Amino acid sequence: MSRSHEVVSEIERRHIISLLDHGKRFDGRTLKQIRPLEIEAGLIVKAEGSARVKLGNTQVMVGVKTGVGPPFPDTPDQAVFTTTAEFIPLASPTFEPGPPSENAIELARVVDRGIRESKGIDIKSETMVFIPGEKVRILFLDIYILDYDGNLFDASALGAAAALFNAKIKKGEVNAETGEVELLDELIPLPLEKEKIPVSTTFARIGQYKIIDPCRAEERVMDTRITFAVTTEGNIIAVQKGEAGYFPYEEILDLSKLAQEKAPKLHEFLRSEVVKS
Amino acid sequence: MKADKQEKPRQLIKDGIRLDGRTVKEIRPIHLDVDVLNRADGSALIEMGRNKIVVAVYGPRELHPKHFALPDRAYVRCIYRMATFSVEDRKSPAPARREIEISKVIREALMPAIFVEYFPRTTIDIYIEVLQADGGSRCASINAASLALANAGIPLRDMISAVAVGKVDGQIVLDLNDIEDKEGEGDMPVAIMPRSKRVTLLQLDGIFTPAEFEEALNLAIEGSSQIYMLQRETIAKKYADIRQEVEEELLVEEEVEED
Repeated sequence: MSRSHEVVSEIERRHIISLLDHGKRFDGRTLKQIRPLEIEAGLIVKAEGSARVKLGNTQVMVGVKTGVGPPFPDTPDQAVFTTTAEFIPLASPTFEPGPPSENAIELARVVDRGIRESKGIDIKSETMVFIPGEKVRILFLDIYILDYDGNLFDASALGAAAALFNAKIKKGEVNAETGEVELLDELIPLPLEKEKIPVSTTFARIGQYKIIDPCRAEERVMDTRITFAVTTEGNIIAVQKGEAGYFPYEEILDLSKLAQEKAPKLHEFLRSEVVKS
Repeated sequence: MKADKQEKPRQLIKDGIRLDGRTVKEIRPIHLDVDVLNRADGSALIEMGRNKIVVAVYGPRELHPKHFALPDRAYVRCIYRMATFSVEDRKSPAPARREIEISKVIREALMPAIFVEYFPRTTIDIYIEVLQADGGSRCASINAASLALANAGIPLRDMISAVAVGKVDGQIVLDLNDIEDKEGEGDMPVAIMPRSKRVTLLQLDGIFTPAEFEEALNLAIEGSSQIYMLQRETIAKKYADIRQEVEEELLVEEEVEED
């Protein structure tokens, strides 16, 4: 509920809308322009994988940790994959310490759906499942918001993908005598099909205007937003409309097409930055 | 949760007919009722497939804690919960992350229809209890919640009508049931304000090509519009019943006076 505690000045709202009337934005961008993006992978050596994403002044850090444990009873032959998001008070005066807010839960679940549903992680592979029904790899993807200046969805989704691409996990073997899983010093990458992992594009609707990658000032006055997780092929993996407004039906199709246009370049940038790091 | 895991995915659509006998563009049988609870200001029941969901609405009423109050509109709260016995394996009564997210998206789906600006500093509380869950429980909840809001006399711009569409055996199908939701290739819950075709809830997971996405969205709007007709009938019937009751009472009074 953090947003509801932020006072939105009517003057600020009118200012942003009058700028949009002239095809301009609060921070000088065009309506379809994404803020400068930086992706740096592998900053946390204690994590199996990590990445920091800066999207304008928004900054998120994502870490991958793994363990070995029992699978869920209904999916005995699959690794366990969990995503969390922490809106820590460092990131904004409106973020409070304590259990995850509904905004944090929504963010984590939307990022999770994009990755999970893409089937880009082979959670049934031999490196992920040691003894079906008993011992599988547990994969934690944890998103920390460090600095909040809007559009956490896209920054987090990119960070999550980068951290997964960057991850190196210990090779595991089942000891034939004890039946225990032993983790070796040899490091291997996660069983990923990188081209299947989607990138996410978020649009905000302010009055009749649709803008890509809203900054915080724009999020404060937006009526509603929509996030598309799209693969390089243009397949739509996850969608989430948020906030109390609505989208006319035709606009949704237009925005989904715009997200498809943006995806290949974003994906290419993501992969090249991870390789660089 | 899948009860029995099968090696090969079973065929869910055979010759255009689904496991429960429906065609791909058919919604499940729906039963709607309003005013089903005594203490709530408004209430509704929906049975959609095997879903059984009761919704209560309170308000506009005083908001506690008071610092949440908004100076220019009502504060809307929505809680979606599943009963412990509503699913195959007992659900823990503690709120799950899924329920918290669904509560949020349902609230955001309903809010565009509510004239919140008429009731500053108050709260409108929407409580949703899923007594038995089938596929599409969030959409069924929205259908019932918008009826309960109308039943509470809260002014609305339009009804909110919702249905999930999905991808099953490579086909776009309307109103997923439990098995189709779990074993299908994709799920897309949609809620609209039917008169203006404004989309107030849209979620998707799975793999949809651009063409499938468009087809799914169109089908969802078609399906929601069917549900809208049922919602209207339910409300209209309720008021017809009330009118009849009032008229009967008046008749009795007149008779008494004549005596």
